Amino acid sequence: MNVDAAAWEALRLSLWVACWATVLAVPLALWVAWVLARKTFWGKSALNALVHLPLVLPPVVTGYVLLILFGRTAPLGQALEAMGLRLAFHWSGAVLAAIVMGFPLMVRAMRLAIEAVDPKLEEAAATLGAPHSAVFVRVTLPLIAPGILAGAVMGFAKAMVEFGATNTFVANIPGQTQTLPSAIWTALQIPGAEGQVVMMVLLACVVAIGAVVLSEALARRVAARIAGT
Amino acid sequence: MTLDVQIRHRFGEFALDVAFEAGPGITALFGRSGAGKTTVINAVAGLLRPDAGHVHLDGSTLFDAGSQVFVPPAKRHLGYVFQDARLFPHLSVEGNLTFGARYAAADSKGADLKEVVALLGLENHLNRAPNTLSGGEKQRVALGRALLSRPQMLLMDEPLANLDGPRKLEIIPYLERLRDGPLGLPILYVSHAVDEVARLADTLVLIQDGQVRTHGPLFEVMADPAAVPLLGVREAGAVLEADVESHADDGISTLSISAGKLELPGVQAEVGARVRLRVLAQDVILSLDRPDGLSSVNVLPVVVEDIHPGDGPGAAIALRAGEDRLLARVTGRAIRDLRLHKGMRCYAILKATTVAPGSIGR
Repeated sequence: MNVDAAAWEALRLSLWVACWATVLAVPLALWVAWVLARKTFWGKSALNALVHLPLVLPPVVTGYVLLILFGRTAPLGQALEAMGLRLAFHWSGAVLAAIVMGFPLMVRAMRLAIEAVDPKLEEAAATLGAPHSAVFVRVTLPLIAPGILAGAVMGFAKAMVEFGATNTFVANIPGQTQTLPSAIWTALQIPGAEGQVVMMVLLACVVAIGAVVLSEALARRVAARIAGT
Repeated sequence: MTLDVQIRHRFGEFALDVAFEAGPGITALFGRSGAGKTTVINAVAGLLRPDAGHVHLDGSTLFDAGSQVFVPPAKRHLGYVFQDARLFPHLSVEGNLTFGARYAAADSKGADLKEVVALLGLENHLNRAPNTLSGGEKQRVALGRALLSRPQMLLMDEPLANLDGPRKLEIIPYLERLRDGPLGLPILYVSHAVDEVARLADTLVLIQDGQVRTHGPLFEVMADPAAVPLLGVREAGAVLEADVESHADDGISTLSISAGKLELPGVQAEVGARVRLRVLAQDVILSLDRPDGLSSVNVLPVVVEDIHPGDGPGAAIALRAGEDRLLARVTGRAIRDLRLHKGMRCYAILKATTVAPGSIGR
């Protein structure tokens, strides 16, 4: 396989992993953001710290923790593999690593959106007869939708560029677990492959910058929407 | 339709302990800021669960601490108009108005969208976003939204408090129409403005420091000398009903009340209409003899019913004028000099009288 084909394969795998990670993480991140924004319970600060841990730990450590928990010799990893879900050294493990690494960013964006919703609007909806589920769907969700989108975009972007935890947990197998950042790292080891490196770096930059710009625009919309302008 | 409220609730140092009944028409909960009015209305709405007591509406239990009944707000069918409107910013005016319609009870009676839009003058605003509305328009939409959820009763928490004078005058006629109109919806109305209460309420509940100090029909409470300190000495004064008899070319109208006739400027109601008059206690002067040579022509024969000394140098005098009651505020020195006593006949000179601009419709 030449480097060029490997680059496109890596981009394809990165997009695939990032899409899965985003789709799976959004509902969970929304739920955690809701719990952190609205509920008070014993262990809330511990949950908050746990969610934010991947942001402050070296990614290699996060990858190592995943390996300890979900590796092929770990009890949890073996149990999941028996159910047909292999994570270590497999693209699905890259999805898990991307979810864990992007989770704090998603939760933060969604939590800010939820906290910006005035609970008095939800009270008003309740006095008009709306049950809890309808209050969420007809009032809360439309108001936080831009925040959810912003969180999803940040999570997607993080999944596209995640390297440390992914490389540690699922290694760097071309065509199987070699995401775009892993492919860049590999190309850097090959003398004379600078052209490929530059191309892949540009690809990564376009995806990352696009995601950040989109996320900022959506975040502005959430603020404007809740202010009612 | 009767709302029966008896609740006790504590937050920190503040203890609320109130009991009252609200029947048909507008029942005003009046008190200064911090008296506990909003806590009461929130407990009725189900937005707050009191420590003890009950809330019954026409025999059905909305809350009962003893039997652990607490109907959630969504199932109470009470329309709540908040002080701050609380319109949904992501929905148009029409979206806000129709928000609660789908949750109305199947057998509920009430106005439909077209009627409410006409009643509140919202025809040209249906597609607008709430943030483009003025304060008065927002409150009209909030009122319409509550009406269209087909409530059994309306709860209004200082709906005019955030509006300036002209905007207030814009809303009050709609509330009067609601009170007097065919919907006949009972309203629990929280306010700290005596002029609003005097104009709108049928029943008055005066709350101070978390307790009901007095309650009863508006005309009686407003004429009760004991209520003067609760309403404020400058705001206290009787409210009575008068019939508009004629309008003269010079802008003065003749109105009749049970004790005689009054000549007043600036009456906007049509001949034959029944209007509410508010006579502030500090605008009533007492005289032992029928005075003449006065600039005021509004002099009524009255009987002193009660003398209620206040905390300061003044006293409140309850007067009967025909079948109506009046309140006058005089100094203790005047009581001694005139030898005012219960049962005494004298004359009340009305310096100024406020007339509600519209007819009260009944």
